[in-house]
Amino acid sequence: MKIAIPTPLRPYAGKNATVEVHGANVADALQALVALHPELRKHLFNDEGKLRAFINIYVNDEDIRYLKQEDTAVAEGDTLSIIPSIAGGSAGSAAVGAAGAQAGGAKPAGLSKEEVLRYSRHLIMPEVAMEGQLKLKAARVLCIGAGGLGSPLALYLAAAGVGTLGLVDFDVVDYTNLQRQIIHTTTDVGRPKLDSAAEKLHAINPFVEIQKFETALSSANALDIFKNFDIIADGTDNFPTRYLVNDACVMSGKPNVYASIFRFEGQASVFATKDGPCYRCLYPEPPPPGLVPSCAEGGVLGILPGLLGVVQATEVIKLILGSGEPLVGRLLLVDSLAMRFRELKLRKNPECPVCGKHPTVTKLIDYEQFCGIRGEESAMPSQSPEMQVEELKQRLDAGEDIFVLDVREPHEYQICNIKGHLIPLGDLPRRVSELDSSRDIVAHCRSGKRSAEAVEFLQKAGFTKVRNLAGGILAWADRVDPTMPKY
Amino acid sequence: MGRKTMLKISPANYELMRRHGEKTYPDECCGVLLGKAAEDLREVLVVVEAGNSRTDSAHNRYNILPAELIKIQRMAREQGHDIVGFYHSHPDHPARWSATDFAEAHWIGCSYVITSVAGGRADRTAAFALNGATEEDKRFDDEEIRVEG
Repeated sequence: MKIAIPTPLRPYAGKNATVEVHGANVADALQALVALHPELRKHLFNDEGKLRAFINIYVNDEDIRYLKQEDTAVAEGDTLSIIPSIAGGSAGSAAVGAAGAQAGGAKPAGLSKEEVLRYSRHLIMPEVAMEGQLKLKAARVLCIGAGGLGSPLALYLAAAGVGTLGLVDFDVVDYTNLQRQIIHTTTDVGRPKLDSAAEKLHAINPFVEIQKFETALSSANALDIFKNFDIIADGTDNFPTRYLVNDACVMSGKPNVYASIFRFEGQASVFATKDGPCYRCLYPEPPPPGLVPSCAEGGVLGILPGLLGVVQATEVIKLILGSGEPLVGRLLLVDSLAMRFRELKLRKNPECPVCGKHPTVTKLIDYEQFCGIRGEESAMPSQSPEMQVEELKQRLDAGEDIFVLDVREPHEYQICNIKGHLIPLGDLPRRVSELDSSRDIVAHCRSGKRSAEAVEFLQKAGFTKVRNLAGGILAWADRVDPTMPKY
Repeated sequence: MGRKTMLKISPANYELMRRHGEKTYPDECCGVLLGKAAEDLREVLVVVEAGNSRTDSAHNRYNILPAELIKIQRMAREQGHDIVGFYHSHPDHPARWSATDFAEAHWIGCSYVITSVAGGRADRTAAFALNGATEEDKRFDDEEIRVEG
């Protein structure tokens, strides 16, 4: 007799569609089958040796359940079919997110009465209407970062009724965030940003399913996290992650709704659509490390991420609705001081290493290395000799002759200082003559990063008695003088 | 992470599958995709509509009777095709797999195509590959649908 093997089990049955066996009844025939192809056993039977519940066995056109089960007699010329069941349906909870995140409870089909009321100003617009609102509800948007851009972005997407919002962030709320990251409040300081953000989003719209990814986005996890989302919105503040998000979007075929901000200016675009350019078409290479300061270094007008985050949210909604003219192939430049919005045309670069005709980057790479840095923390050249704040304090108190060099900017000096001699890092080369190489010099900045560069520069210039104040004036405020303000 | 697979289907077959969901709305439709399966590519050559035997809860459940499947499987064999996947609709529900879809998917190596039918009109269609080695480690991976030919 013949046993018909279903497609999924063929790899375990020598790739055969049918297998010839002998046996008096179904049980015998199945045992003969697994004797021939032992790998099939675990696919057909559970640990107790019983046929798995979802496996149906038919003899010719009859279900053995309605015959004598596995005792059903078989004869030469019969065909025994193994049929795993085919069933499912939208009932039950919504899709399970990546990384095993469990989705929320069952979602009603269509919109509930409460949702209709909530979204009524959308529903009465023919451009959105019920069809569009259901699209929003079905949409899954991943926000990278719950900070300056991510705050307005996620708040508005939740309010608009985007069904599933993913948030990636691993930071905790800090006092310096509150000037712009409006999803977090003063009482949230010290809490994980994801917890704080999820709470606000749920308060605005309990119908939204929030998926939290409390992790640093990396080459190892990006594709896995992206896979359960339709649109990725990049609200990151650093180049390695920006290139990572872009490349992962190109590779997984998902649009990258991008914005970035610096001081008074911002830019936004939609990258990595099917025919549009990607971030690498615009910027094939990252800027040299240190050239473009981060918000922590260069500062940012607190309102600006609000402006740009809302541009991102608008583009996300348009992509979901499939209406309007998306910011594809256009780079929007916003100058908040002049309050001018300009636009640059972007073209897809056929030579682009990621989205071009012959891509050379086909899997995610080491983006820290690509951007020439090893993350902000470890960016300090470790070879520069350091001094701890406690040691400096002790030696200054003891009246030792130590020359304290402050390499920050004048406006930072105004916020707080330890009476060091101020030479901003950028001025150091032409003002090096102000320094006496025979004296002990301790250089400091805010966090120890710029002063490490200063120490390196001075060493190359022949200074031998120069050290970097580890942790900068922040460490001083933490460990020596708690009355000193931090910024 | 699973390798990315692709489902190739002609515009006519693609429409057939989507319209089936409009016809049965507000109930779920279901059917079988026959064709050729290669390593990373499944090509749909025939779309076979099947009956939904879940008359008790057809708006959010589907089931294809094994007896019907045996007939379809036989037909496939005669045409020299394999079963490469299944499709069903989600009336007024997103085109993504539900916990029920996952729990009741057993054809590892096949494509599961879901069309969201919003208010009677086919909206998004998405495909998921059921990957893994056994029932215990199976998973759904997003699959690209290429409509061409």
